[in-house]
Amino acid sequence: MTLHASFPETALEPAPLLSVVGVSRFYGERIGCADVSFDLWPGEVLGIVGESGSGKSTLLRCLAGIDQPDEGEVLFRGGSAPLDIYSVPEQERRRLMRTAWGIVHQNPRDGLRMDVSAGGNVGERLMDRGDRHYGQIRERALDWLARVEIAGSRIDDRPRQFSGGMQQRLQIARVLVSEPRLVFMDEPTGGLDVSVQARLLDLLRVLVRDLGLAAIIVTHDLAVARLLTDRLMVMKDGHVVEQGLTDQVLDDPHHAYTQLLTSAVLSV
Amino acid sequence: MTIHQPLPGDDTAPAYNYAYLDEQTKRMIRRALLKAVAVPGYQVPFGSREMPLARGWGTGGIQITAAIIGPEDTLKVIDQGADDTTNAVSIRRFFEKTADARTTEATGEATIIQTRHRIPEAALTAGQVIVYQVPQPEPLRKLEPREAETRKMHAWAEYGLMQVKLYENIARFGEVTTTYDYPVMINGRYIMAPSPIPKFDNPKMHMSPALQLFGAGREKRIYALPPHTSVRSLDFEDHPFRIQSWSEPCALCAASDSYLDEVVIDDQGKRMFVCSDSHFCETRREAGHRGAMLGDATASGLVEESKS
Repeated sequence: MTLHASFPETALEPAPLLSVVGVSRFYGERIGCADVSFDLWPGEVLGIVGESGSGKSTLLRCLAGIDQPDEGEVLFRGGSAPLDIYSVPEQERRRLMRTAWGIVHQNPRDGLRMDVSAGGNVGERLMDRGDRHYGQIRERALDWLARVEIAGSRIDDRPRQFSGGMQQRLQIARVLVSEPRLVFMDEPTGGLDVSVQARLLDLLRVLVRDLGLAAIIVTHDLAVARLLTDRLMVMKDGHVVEQGLTDQVLDDPHHAYTQLLTSAVLSV
Repeated sequence: MTIHQPLPGDDTAPAYNYAYLDEQTKRMIRRALLKAVAVPGYQVPFGSREMPLARGWGTGGIQITAAIIGPEDTLKVIDQGADDTTNAVSIRRFFEKTADARTTEATGEATIIQTRHRIPEAALTAGQVIVYQVPQPEPLRKLEPREAETRKMHAWAEYGLMQVKLYENIARFGEVTTTYDYPVMINGRYIMAPSPIPKFDNPKMHMSPALQLFGAGREKRIYALPPHTSVRSLDFEDHPFRIQSWSEPCALCAASDSYLDEVVIDDQGKRMFVCSDSHFCETRREAGHRGAMLGDATASGLVEESKS
């Protein structure tokens, strides 16, 4: 299935940002995810939906360079030539993870340093890449806190003094400050109440559109998928059962499981 | 008495090998030292031995000293800059007994200086070896508890996290508040813990003509700085590295360029500042320098009458 024809603005880009070819990961006898292939183009937001245990997070961990898949390859086009992220040395992969892409964890505690102030959390990636000017680091941290709607006066507070929604926004600022081209989000709105969710989604939508980010969002919430994503992949038991444009998949589901999933959503 | 002499009734085997450690152990330590010197700032694992001294009291330093000392050497041992503290006296006596070592308090006369928490004020010279006792060799440990992870960070020079620590200091207190064990960048490559010396001593390590060896007995690591190696204390461009300064000179010898200890002298809150390097202070007093409180201190028997 080719989709870039429906994205005129990305048709200028000659090649996909991320190509996933036949990625499988097994946990012993059990399947984590099996034979997943897709292309992600610059500026595109891909959603991965499915119920708990369907292999969404396993797949995300493989794509983000955290767990090596047992089969298949993940090609990332950071420069001109595509790079198989598991064939390069770990050093290079870690450098990519810190600069060219970012991971937003479901639980902010996994993504934040809880005993480091908000400013330090946001500034870490800048210092990683060699920034050594305190004033400039702080200025950029303040700028990013403002963009994720955290008051500048909270810059020296630690994340544990923040509410859950603020922690999640702080985590997003921490990832985006290095201007990555690709962001992985694992249930970014999980565990937040609906009004906070709505504001976070709004924020994400603005940031993704403004920065031209490509993003892969794992979620079990179809409303989140509908709001944020251009394209949707539906997973069940480790396999991709259906993929296509988000509206298409949600409004005209073909696979029996997708039909079940969309009909299970409560409409208020 | 020297205890590596033969036992009575046994005219072949001495009670202890020269300098306490057996020859194979010394070789093992020397191999680690060679590797450490070859890769400045890199922490080399070694098989740390039990010593007749509690872990944390300088077993790393004492093992290095034992591995490099010979009959020609003159040893100086300091603890917090002083030659006359329990730890320094005991270690000096240990090597007098086990290695026939000549010992001295004069920095200039020593060929090996084992130290805890200070670098002598007198500049070290080529041919001298300074051995540091190190409690925690890993500068990243408090920031990253996993050993596997810190090794990767060193291997690939991923040192952003260390800077985050300094950032936190400045954000909270307006300046870097780390005053001892202040992290340094060695030879533009490895970040190293300089052992708990005050940051006042950090500049003395830079391009020093002496060989500097670091031993952490409990943590089983050895690292080293060969002579003339660059040592840069970490900082920010707009918050440059600064050493401590005092508003008054040493109360005994009037030195204004040495590291001063604050000593509380009565229960009325009275205090005095004196050089932490006891030999440096004595030398200056003998040369006729007199601090504001030297008269009082001599009268009450705290310091001996100057010989001059």
